[in-house]
Formats: sequence, C-alpha cells, structure tokens
Amino acid sequence: DCSFAVLQIYRSSLAFTAAVTMSLRILVGCKRVVDYAVKVRVNPAKTGVVTKDVKHSMNPFDEIAMEQAIRMKEKKLASEIIAVSCGPKQCQETLRTALAMGADRAIHVPVDGDAYENLQPLAVSKIFQKLVEKEQANLVIVGKQAIDDDANQTGQMLAGKLNWPQGTFASAVEVNGDKMRVTREVDGGLETINISVPAVITADLRLVDQPRYATLPNIMKAKKKPLVEMKVEDLGVDITPRLTTVSVEDPPTREAGVKVADVDELVSKLKGASLI
Amino acid sequence: RKDNTGYDLKQLFIGAEGSLGVVTGVSLLAPPRPKSVQVAFVGVKSYATVREVFSAAKRDLGEILSACEFMDSTALRLVLRHLPGTHAPLADEHPFYVLLEASGANADHDEEKMTAFLEALMTRALIDDGVCTREPSKVAAIWAVRERIAEALNKDGAVYKYDVSIPLPRLSDLVDDSRARVGALARHTVGYGHLGDGNLHLNITADAFTPELTGAIEPFVYEWVGAESGSISAEHGLGLMKAAHIHYSKSSGMVDVMQGIKGLLDPNGIMNPGKVLPAPVAAGDRAAA
Repeated sequence: DCSFAVLQIYRSSLAFTAAVTMSLRILVGCKRVVDYAVKVRVNPAKTGVVTKDVKHSMNPFDEIAMEQAIRMKEKKLASEIIAVSCGPKQCQETLRTALAMGADRAIHVPVDGDAYENLQPLAVSKIFQKLVEKEQANLVIVGKQAIDDDANQTGQMLAGKLNWPQGTFASAVEVNGDKMRVTREVDGGLETINISVPAVITADLRLVDQPRYATLPNIMKAKKKPLVEMKVEDLGVDITPRLTTVSVEDPPTREAGVKVADVDELVSKLKGASLI
Repeated sequence: RKDNTGYDLKQLFIGAEGSLGVVTGVSLLAPPRPKSVQVAFVGVKSYATVREVFSAAKRDLGEILSACEFMDSTALRLVLRHLPGTHAPLADEHPFYVLLEASGANADHDEEKMTAFLEALMTRALIDDGVCTREPSKVAAIWAVRERIAEALNKDGAVYKYDVSIPLPRLSDLVDDSRARVGALARHTVGYGHLGDGNLHLNITADAFTPELTGAIEPFVYEWVGAESGSISAEHGLGLMKAAHIHYSKSSGMVDVMQGIKGLLDPNGIMNPGKVLPAPVAAGDRAAA
C-alpha cells in the first residue's frame, strides 16, 4: 500500500509533466485579401473583382487567428508560430506583417496568374495538410472565412484531410493539457465543446477584442525572421480547381422609394401592388 | 488658375463667413488621389520631442509628408473611454502622440522612406513606441483616434473650445498654463492639433458652463495668444462669439480697413450682421476714447 501510493504519486507527476511540456506548434493561415475599407468593383469581363492597383491587407479573421496564436505563445502554451500564405509575391508583405505581430517563421507558397485566380479552399486545405505534416504542427488556427470569397471551408476541409477534430467559429479557446475547450458562436447562441489536440480552430470575430498593430520595434525585428518559399510542386499538391466561376455581378441597385401623401394613398398603392 | 489682373476679390469672400456676400457658384480643382498613403502613430515623452519628430519628418520625409498632427495623453484616454469601437494604437500610454501621414506616387519607395525615417527616430530614442501601416482599414482606424477627439470631449461634459495659432514652441505651454489656471473648476484640459500649421485646439471640459469658469478662461486665453502675436481663431472663424475679440489678433488700423470693405460691399449691413467684425465705433466716440 505504501509502494502503491508512491506509484500513484509518480504516475500523477508524470501526467502533470506531460501536460506542462505538451507545447503547441501553431500553423496560422494569413490570406492576402482586398482591404475591407476599399470599395470593390466588378471587373469589365464579369469574372471577378478588380484587384490590380487595389490595396490589400491580411484577412481580418486571420489577424484574429494570429493574435490568438501569439497570446497562447505569450502564455507559454505554444512554442512556435508559423505563418503561411498562398499566392503571388505580394503575400510576403502579409507574412512580414504576421512576423511583425509575433510569428516566428513564415512560409510563402507561390501561386500566380490563373492558378491564383482559381485557387479554391480545397486546394488550400491540401497545401496546408502537407505543411502541417512537414512542420509537425499540432494546432492550426485560421480565420473562419476570408472576406473576399466568404467560403468558410478551408478550416473544415483541412480538419477532414488531417482527420483532426475542429473547433469552428471559435469565440473562446481554453487549453487544458492535451485537450481544448472551445466556445463556438452558433445560430442559437454559444456552444462549448471539448476537443483533443492536435486540432483545427477557425477564428470568429469575438475570439480576441483587438488584434495588435505591428509596432515599429517588431517590424524591425521581423526583417530578420525566416521567410521561406515552398513550391506547390515540391509539396506534391494538385491545386487544379474543381469549380468554375460562371459570372460575377453587382447586386441589383436599390430602387428609389415612393413617398405617399397620406394613409389613403398608402392603402391604394398597396392594393394596386396586390400586397393587401 | 493663375490670374493677376487686379485685386483678388475671391480671396476676400473665402472665410468671410457670409458677411460680405453669398457664394453662389464654385469651381473645384480636385488633385489626383495619391497612390500610396501611409500613417504612423508614435508615442513620445515630451512636447519638445514632438517638435523634434516634426522637424525630422519635414527633413527626411520631405515632399511625401502630407499630415503631422499631435495629441496629448488625456485626449487619447478620453477617446478610448467615451467612444466604443476605438482602439489604442499603442500598448502603453505616452505623454504625447504624433500622427504622421505620408502620401505619394510610389508605394514601395515611400514605404522605404518612412521605414528608414522611423528606424532613425527609434535609434535616436526620440520615439518610445510606434506603429506604421498602409492598409486602408488600419489607416482609417488610426486617423479616427485623432479625428474623433472632439466627439469624445462632447461626451465628457460641457466643452470650452479654443482654436488658436501660436508659435510652435509654445503650443504645450498654453495647455499647461490653462490647466493650471482652471484647476479644480474643470474636468479635463486637453491639447491637440495641426503641427504643420502651428494650430492648437485647446479644449477644457467641465461639469457645466459657469460664469466662474468662463471668467477664469476668458480673456486669459485670448490675452495669452495676443501676447504671442497669435490668432485667436486659426480655422473656425470669429462668428458671433469672438467678433468683439478681434483686437487680440488684429490692430485697430486693420480692423478699420476691414470695416471699410464691409461698408463698401454691404452698405445696408444685411450680410450676416454682428458676425466677424465688432460693431463699428463712431468716429467721435473713438476720438474721445
């Protein structure tokens, strides 16, 4: 019985050590999108929106994801944060911002021209899957959706491909050893789930109150942090699109309303439009 | 655009607050929108440092410097307190903040210039912290912190507002002197403004407008500005409230000339009467005084 007690103490101290040393390597997706303050316009060919000479920035939900990852590192729950972006050379600016916020390393997966125009969540999830395996990440945090396509698919598809649990639309994340308690924003309110690590989290608006700005000392430090390119072919991923965009159009312009002089006129107009 | 035929009457009407006539038609010349806009928001330890940052900006940013604003720590604190949705650009509080905007035709070139400029300021320890961005949404968020100060002050209580031009080295002195003068009568005394123009917006908030507080502030502020040969109304005009105080910034000789012009263009005195110029003193009364 005395030795049994000693064994219990030994076992529980091992479990405690395991919980404490379980450190997260977080992969964060940082998509470069048209800045949300810019007024977008449909291109003349009606195949998409005009992006040439238009100001871009990091997808706001990805900024929230990055902020969450950095806070976890500041609390010593994570040991490393890797920022990832897929797209043209300018994505490196987005990655530099991520590094200036506090990521340790960045990976740029170059995709250009038509391939980039047609890069869809399924392809991105395949790229991320390979990167997760390569970098031995055990947590992926991405924005719940990108503000350009509003797809809301990449995180979920990635979790499926990795066969990892997912905590989507996360508004709160709590780490408990090798588990995570995730509060999700759902239509009916808030749902709280427990998921095990490794996992995929998609960040919702209220996950953090305000993502940090990149401060000058950190912008300077970020220049020395590693930013590497990894080619799609080297990762062995097929990014052929599965969907074709048929057309992109402006929503119908709102028609002017009509002012009526009195209730009688209102009633007669409603009757005339067969609404009453 | 260039026209030197006779006296430029158009300029007389601009800023006359309708007291000389009514503008019935306007032609606008719109400059091309700059291709690249960046904003930096930095925290500094004193007003002297604010001025050093401004001098360095004129020298090292040169032609791309499109705005240089300053605000004190109370101004930012009140914005964050009273306006939901605003966020502090910097993690810590600093005695003063400077907002610098650079606009130009070449984003990469301008960003290099701005980064080099800010790095030099950090190396010289002139700035204690700062952020810099060219993302439109963040540029707007940082400008909001400066542009919404007036809104925040309105929520802080009754506001005494002074818009003055004084020599640049003395901007913070007026704020400090005013704060000391009003003491416990006021809630907050705040200074912010356009460094580039030497234009200070001095604002004093209080529970209510009281004769005691008004008496403490006026004519103290006007006399202070007048002693520096400054303008008691840098941007917003004299209107009704300050027409009688014009003499703090303009000599009686100049005011006489203005009255003459007013009499010429508005002989019946129907154009916004009582505004901009004080009631004319009859020649007999002036001689007696």
